Amino acid sequence: MTAQSMKWFWYASPQTFFPLAGVIARWCGAAAAVLCAVGLYIGFFVAPTDAQQGEAYRIIFIHVPAAWMSMFIYVVMAFWAAMGLAFNTRLSHMMASALAPTGALFTFVALWTGSFWGKPTWGTWWVWDARLTSELILLFLYFGFMALQAAIDERRRAERAGALFAIVGIVNVPIIYYSVQWWNTLHQGASVSLTRAPSMAATMLTGMLIMALAFWMYSIAVALVRVRCIIMENE
Amino acid sequence: MSEFFAMGGYALYVWGAYGVTFALMALEVAFLMKRVRKAQKS
Repeated sequence: MTAQSMKWFWYASPQTFFPLAGVIARWCGAAAAVLCAVGLYIGFFVAPTDAQQGEAYRIIFIHVPAAWMSMFIYVVMAFWAAMGLAFNTRLSHMMASALAPTGALFTFVALWTGSFWGKPTWGTWWVWDARLTSELILLFLYFGFMALQAAIDERRRAERAGALFAIVGIVNVPIIYYSVQWWNTLHQGASVSLTRAPSMAATMLTGMLIMALAFWMYSIAVALVRVRCIIMENE
Repeated sequence: MSEFFAMGGYALYVWGAYGVTFALMALEVAFLMKRVRKAQKS
């Protein structure tokens, strides 16, 4: 094994990862605060009023980043769960557990802000639309993962059961993502795509991407502080 | 200033969405800090 790859395994031990996680969390937390301030400034003071939706569209600056995070955190959580199952590394399972509450938070925020956006634009707080329903299932998957881990007393069994649950649940993520294409639903299609030009003003897009980056930094900081708690509680 | 907070008549929706989002994030951080202190003590 090369010296480079050994270095990564060095950090796979909870004890050696602990101080590193603290440092990264501090920097990411600071970056989240700065990016959030910049993103909100652009979102509320630079981005123009939308021609069709008026000021109501400004919910986009938290709704879309939160929805992205809700799916992305689940993928990362399932990745760590799979690593934990494959290599039997304690830290991997700890990372999966540390991500779940933040993922659930962003899923709830995506649903909540979507509801507050749906009321003035669609005329309803909630519809059983494919996108909304699959996102609600994602929230239940996070809750299920946390409940399953909490319900089993023996730690290793709890970790393995949770990991299996998280991996099976990942089928829901592409369903959420492609739901607007597969079903003819009320929810609009993707606003941002890698294959075509964005369907919104440049300042709106900038504000949204900066908020997404802020939520990323926030998630990393919070998950790393939580993993430090889990290490302290278990080791 | 009051015009800004009125959000063109969408104040309830815009501030309802933003308020709950940031309140939840603040709560998560507060609970986490409490957990850190508790873990450090033991």
